[in-house]
Amino acid sequence: MLEIKNLHASVDGREILNGIDLSIQAGEVHALMGPNGSGKSTLANVIAGREGYEVTAGEVLFLGKNLLELAPEERARAGLFLAFQYPVEIPGVNNLYFLKAAANAIRKSRGEPELDAMEFWETVHQRMELVKMDESMLKRPVNEGFSGGEKKRNEIFQMAVLEPRFAVLDETDSGLDIDALKVVSDGVNALRGPERGFLVITHYQRLLEYIVPDRVHVLINGRIVRSGGKELALELEEQGYALYSKEPGRARRANA
Amino acid sequence: MSASAETLERLTQNDYEFGFVTDVEQDVAPPGLNEDIIRLISAKKEEPEWLLEWRLTAYRHWLTMERPEWARVHYPPIDYQAISYYAAPKTRKDGPKSLDEIDPEIRRTYERLGIPLVEQEILAGVAVDAVFDSVSVATSFKEKLAEKGVIFCSFSEAVREHPELVRQYLGTVVPYRDNYYATLNSAVFTDGSFCYIPKGVRCPMELSTYFRINASNTGQFERTLIIADEGAYVSYLEGCTAPQRDENQLHAAVVELIALDDATIKYSTVQNWYPGDAEGKGGIYNFVTKRGICKGRNSKISWTQVETGSAITWKYPSCILRGDNSVGEFYSVALTRDYQQADTGTKMIHIGKNTRSTIISKGISAGHGQNAYRGLVKILPTADNARNYSQCDSILMGDQCGAHTFPYIQVQNPTAQVEHEASTSKISEDQLFYCNQRGISTEDAVSLIVNGFCKEVFKELPMEFAVEAQKLIELKLEGSVG
Repeated sequence: MLEIKNLHASVDGREILNGIDLSIQAGEVHALMGPNGSGKSTLANVIAGREGYEVTAGEVLFLGKNLLELAPEERARAGLFLAFQYPVEIPGVNNLYFLKAAANAIRKSRGEPELDAMEFWETVHQRMELVKMDESMLKRPVNEGFSGGEKKRNEIFQMAVLEPRFAVLDETDSGLDIDALKVVSDGVNALRGPERGFLVITHYQRLLEYIVPDRVHVLINGRIVRSGGKELALELEEQGYALYSKEPGRARRANA
Repeated sequence: MSASAETLERLTQNDYEFGFVTDVEQDVAPPGLNEDIIRLISAKKEEPEWLLEWRLTAYRHWLTMERPEWARVHYPPIDYQAISYYAAPKTRKDGPKSLDEIDPEIRRTYERLGIPLVEQEILAGVAVDAVFDSVSVATSFKEKLAEKGVIFCSFSEAVREHPELVRQYLGTVVPYRDNYYATLNSAVFTDGSFCYIPKGVRCPMELSTYFRINASNTGQFERTLIIADEGAYVSYLEGCTAPQRDENQLHAAVVELIALDDATIKYSTVQNWYPGDAEGKGGIYNFVTKRGICKGRNSKISWTQVETGSAITWKYPSCILRGDNSVGEFYSVALTRDYQQADTGTKMIHIGKNTRSTIISKGISAGHGQNAYRGLVKILPTADNARNYSQCDSILMGDQCGAHTFPYIQVQNPTAQVEHEASTSKISEDQLFYCNQRGISTEDAVSLIVNGFCKEVFKELPMEFAVEAQKLIELKLEGSVG
C-alpha cells in the first residue's frame, strides 16, 4: 500500500532522511520509533507533502501512485491522512463545518455526490462515540481553546469521519495522560481493518501497549537501523536508543 | 517565495467585475465649484429657497475649513475645481414615470450589476432605489409601501413631495458644519434616498439603495435620511459600484438616521466601489459621514458594513444614544488589498441612562493594503449604567500589508462598564497545510478561514445579503472567476 524506496530528504540544505526503505501493506500497523531529531516527523511531513522539505532522491508510492508528484490536498483525497503532532487552530470555523468541507472535497474529487448537512450529521454522530467526543466540541472552532488531549482526540475523530486508506499518526501520544491515551488508542484500534494501513510514530513504547503494531522500525539519523516484531519496542524501552547511535562515545555516556 | 505564499498572493489579486462604463448620453455640469454651480444643482432639483440657502451657508463655511489630516490614509490634495458636481442621464424633464420608461442602457447596467429594475425580477421582499450618478433613476415597490404609510423615494422627490419632513430633520444629526466632507456634501449633494416609517409600522420589506457612479470626472455626493417614528422598524441596505478608471473619483456622502421612542433602524452597507488597479492607480475616495441618533427611549440603531472596495475608505458610522435604554451597534468587515487604504470605525456617544453599545470590527489586509480601526466610546456624565463592549480583530495576509487599531475611550460616569478586546493574526502556512491535508484546496481554505473570521458580522446582514457578502469576499480573495 505504501512503498518508500531509498528516500532522501533535506531541510534548508541539511539532509535529514538518509535513504529510508519501508513497505507497509494494507491491514498492517507499523510503528516508527526513534530519539528526538532522528527524522520521524520529517518523514511524516514528506509523506503528507508539507512545504520546506526537499526530496533529493528516492520515491514514495501510495496505492501504486507516485505520491511525491501530488499536491498535499491530492494526497489527502487519494486517501492519505496525517494526524498532526501539533494540530492547528482555525478561529471562527466551526469544527463540524470544517469536517464537512473536508469530507465533501474528498467526495467531490472521487465523483461522489456531496453529503448534505443531515446525511453528514449522521456519519458524524456514529463516529463521535468512537473517541468519546462531546457534541459541544463539534460546535467550537477547530481546535481553538482545546486542551492538548482534546486536540489529539479531534485528530482521531477527523480520521474516523474521513475514513482514509492510510494514516500517519505523528506522536499522537505526546502530551496525553493515561485516560486520553486509552481513548485515542481505542479509536485507532476500532479503525484497524484489512483495507487500512497505519504508520504510528512515537518516541515511547507506552503507546504500543495499546496499539499493538505488526512491525516496529527504529529510526536513527534518518535511516532505519533495525526492524522487527512488536517485542522490539520492549527491547528499546529497556536499552534505549543509544545502542544504535553511530557515535560509540556518546552511546557509552548514555549507557553509563 | 513559498508555493502557498504565491497562492495567497494570486488569490488576493483579481479583476474588478463591475468596472464597465455605461454608454448613455449625460447631462453634465461643467467642472468647478462655486455658488453658481450650487444654484444650478438646486434649480435642476426644483428646490425651495430655504434649501438653496442651506446649501450656500454650508458652502461658505466649507471655504473656511481645512482638509482633515488625522486619518491614517495618504492621498494627494484633491482639486475641487476639476470635478463636475452634477451628472445625470439625459431624459425627459421629469424623469421616468414608471420602471418601464427607464433608458434600456441604464436598465442593462443594473442587470449586469445583479440589480434588475423590473419588479417581477426584483428580489422578493426588497424595494430598491437606484441612484445613477447624481439622480435616482428608479424606485421599486413604492405603491406597496405607501399602503402602509411608508415613504421611500429619492431625496430629490422627498424635497418636492414631503418638504416639511425633510426640513424638520435634515442636518439634525450631521449638521452642515460637522466636518470637511460632510460640509462639502451639504453644499453640493445631489440625490440619495429618503425614508420615513410612520408610528408603529414595521416596514414590510427590506429597503435598499443601489449607488452607481458612471460619469467620469464627477463626484457623487448623495444624502440619505431615514426616520423611524415611534415603535417603527426598518431594515435598509445600500450597495455601491463604479467603473474602472485611472483617475480617482470622490464620493462624499452623508447618511442621517433618526430613531424615535421604541424604534429600530438596521442599516447595512455592502460597499464595492472601484478600488483602483493592482498598482494603486485610480479608484474611489470614499469619504463618508454616517450617523444616527437614538432620540427616543428604548430605540435602537444597528450599523453593519462590509467594505471591500474604494481606493480609500474614511467612514465612521456612529450612534448618539440619547434616549434612555437605547442601543447602538456597529458590525464591520473591512477588506483592503493591493494598495487600498481603509480608516474606519465608529463613535458611540452615550448620553441616556442604561444605554448599551456593541462594536465588532474585523479587518482583513492583503497585498499592500492598510487597514485601520478608529473608534470612540464616550460615556457622558448623564449616562448612568452605560455599557460598551468592543472587539477589534485583524487578519493579515502576506507581509506587505498593515493593520492598525486606534480605540479612544472617554468615560465621565463612574457607573459605566467598558470592555475592549483586540487581536491580530495571520493566515499561516500551517493553517493552510492543515486544511490541504484534509483534502481542502488552498483557495477554499483561504475563504474558509476568512469567512470564519467574518462570521460574527455576516450573521447581522439580512439573509440574502449575507450570502452576497460572503461571495463578494470570496471573489475578492479568489482567483478570477468564470
